[in-house]
Amino acid sequence: MAKITLDNLAHSYLSNPASEDDYALKELNHDWEDGAAYALLGASGCGKSTLLNIISGLLQPSQGRILFDGKDVTNAATAQRNIAQVFQFPVVYDTMTVRDNLAFPLRNRGRDEAYVSDRVQEIARMIGMEDMLNKKARGLTADAKQKISLGRGMVRKDVNALLFDEPLTVIDPHMKWELRTQLKKLHNEFGHTMIYVTHDQTEALTFADKVVVMYDGRVVQIGTPQELFETPEHTFVGYFIGSPGMNVIPARIEGTRAYLDGSYVELGRGYGALDGKVEIGVRPEFARLSQSEGLPVKIRRIEDVGRHKIIRADFFGHDINIIAGEDEQVSADMNRVSFDPERVNVYADDWRIKGEAA
Amino acid sequence: MEKTVNQKAWFLVLPVLLLVAFSAVIPLMTVVNYSVQDTFGNNQFFWAGLEWFEEMLASERMWDALGRQLMFSGIILAIEVPLGIFVALNMPKSGFWSSFCLVLMSLPLLIPWNVVGTIWQIFGRVDIGLLGHTLDALGINYNYTQDTVAAWITIVVMDVWHWTSLVALLAYAGLKSIPEAYYQAAKIDQASRWKVFRYIELPKMMGVLMIAVLLRFMDSFMIYTEPFVVTGGGPGNATTLLSIDLVKMALGQFDLGPAAAFSIMYFLVILLISWVFYTVMTNLDKREG
Repeated sequence: MAKITLDNLAHSYLSNPASEDDYALKELNHDWEDGAAYALLGASGCGKSTLLNIISGLLQPSQGRILFDGKDVTNAATAQRNIAQVFQFPVVYDTMTVRDNLAFPLRNRGRDEAYVSDRVQEIARMIGMEDMLNKKARGLTADAKQKISLGRGMVRKDVNALLFDEPLTVIDPHMKWELRTQLKKLHNEFGHTMIYVTHDQTEALTFADKVVVMYDGRVVQIGTPQELFETPEHTFVGYFIGSPGMNVIPARIEGTRAYLDGSYVELGRGYGALDGKVEIGVRPEFARLSQSEGLPVKIRRIEDVGRHKIIRADFFGHDINIIAGEDEQVSADMNRVSFDPERVNVYADDWRIKGEAA
Repeated sequence: MEKTVNQKAWFLVLPVLLLVAFSAVIPLMTVVNYSVQDTFGNNQFFWAGLEWFEEMLASERMWDALGRQLMFSGIILAIEVPLGIFVALNMPKSGFWSSFCLVLMSLPLLIPWNVVGTIWQIFGRVDIGLLGHTLDALGINYNYTQDTVAAWITIVVMDVWHWTSLVALLAYAGLKSIPEAYYQAAKIDQASRWKVFRYIELPKMMGVLMIAVLLRFMDSFMIYTEPFVVTGGGPGNATTLLSIDLVKMALGQFDLGPAAAFSIMYFLVILLISWVFYTVMTNLDKREG
């Protein structure tokens, strides 16, 4: 296991990238702590698989260095990096038995048979496939195959990191939960450095200690699930994480007030003059509907999702979502929305502005 | 869900049945007709029973032709399948050169059989052919009209030239369908090139290779035009394959009865071998699963 350092890393699929837009992965500096579980979260095409492939060595970055425990491996081949990767679609060697599949990486590295069989037995126990060792891999279900890929990754003791590229995409929903739990358990037990790529926020938030959110080839925020929820550093994080996502409304900021379409809301902090596109962001969880207080809105629809209600409202053409408790009553004359001032974030050109304590 | 039963659905297969009847069953039946009767012209037929079949089964000539035929099919399969896979493995996977190779590879497949025969007939001639003349000039005794080995080499090389592309194209299609992740996983597992071939590429190509072998077997087993144009079955009977022999018998000697019996057995042999091959391959497939 190792600490993985990305140093000025960037990648473009073009041979002569001219502008920043040509980069699939924009310049990035980051340390992946040894033994931590990370999730790499973002929409399709945001560069998360590119980043993963650079770490695993399947792709050469166009600039920058990548270090494992301080050792430069930028030009090292995949096999030399000693990483393991689980792919979106289960990759198993069809014609081999489960046992041979698990033994494959060790045999290729010339380990003796006694060690191999011990290790295979151990891994089979970890992934719960001891009774299937002699079966051919071909006839197995997708989740069993995915477990084999995982096992093949963990069979090497000296593996530096385990990478997952949307590994649960083809798994049935009820098995997803089981596999995720198992993964989490294995991580707690053996402490591998794990990087888990996904576009599913539930997967990311339940799996990881730290979530790395990517947007348009850039890492926009790295934080614990709680940090992502409370203080999204970028509007993308705000509306990508959360269900529904954060409300983002254009505003003009003056001191501790944000003016929006003739009304204003109080902010928890004070701000100086802001340039560019200025918006406020507030999560639906921190918005409240009332008869008298706050912005005038038109309620379009109320969705009862069981645990709570989602109120879809309209504020001069901007959507505002409000989450109300299951037992809260919503009446026809409740057409105003107010926000918890402490929870209102201010964004200039999509990035959060910290502000000063008011 | 409940299935609806409607016997009228049988009418839907009627057009196919009619088509197959006229294109295959009825012509085949006329052959069956000839095979169990004797005729002296004038549309007079005499019942012969299984006499022609017995005669053919006892005929050394047919057994020899069958032996040569099996040898020919065996040799070309043993060359074309590995060679086709090798070519497919070395073809560029994408870009201009990939398309270029595909077109280049399909060219031999587009040439009519008798043209292929003529090309090689001239190519191999010692007096004017590039190949024949060059070999002769190098002091190699090569003359496909007189030497059995030379004749065999010529028709085998010709078939390999003509049909390896088919195997290569099918294998290439099989290779292209392998997701990139398999190769990436193999790299991570530190698999050697041979192991990648043995455990990823070959298993994934199995389906198309089966089709390739089946097609090449059937086609080569029925081959007529090309060897006929090049060697005419000679020298002697050295390259008289089954269908050449059949045509000699039916049209050259006008022995319609024996030729019809021969045809039917010929057909059954192809059917039998293809069936056995197919069954064995699919069972192999199931057993592994």
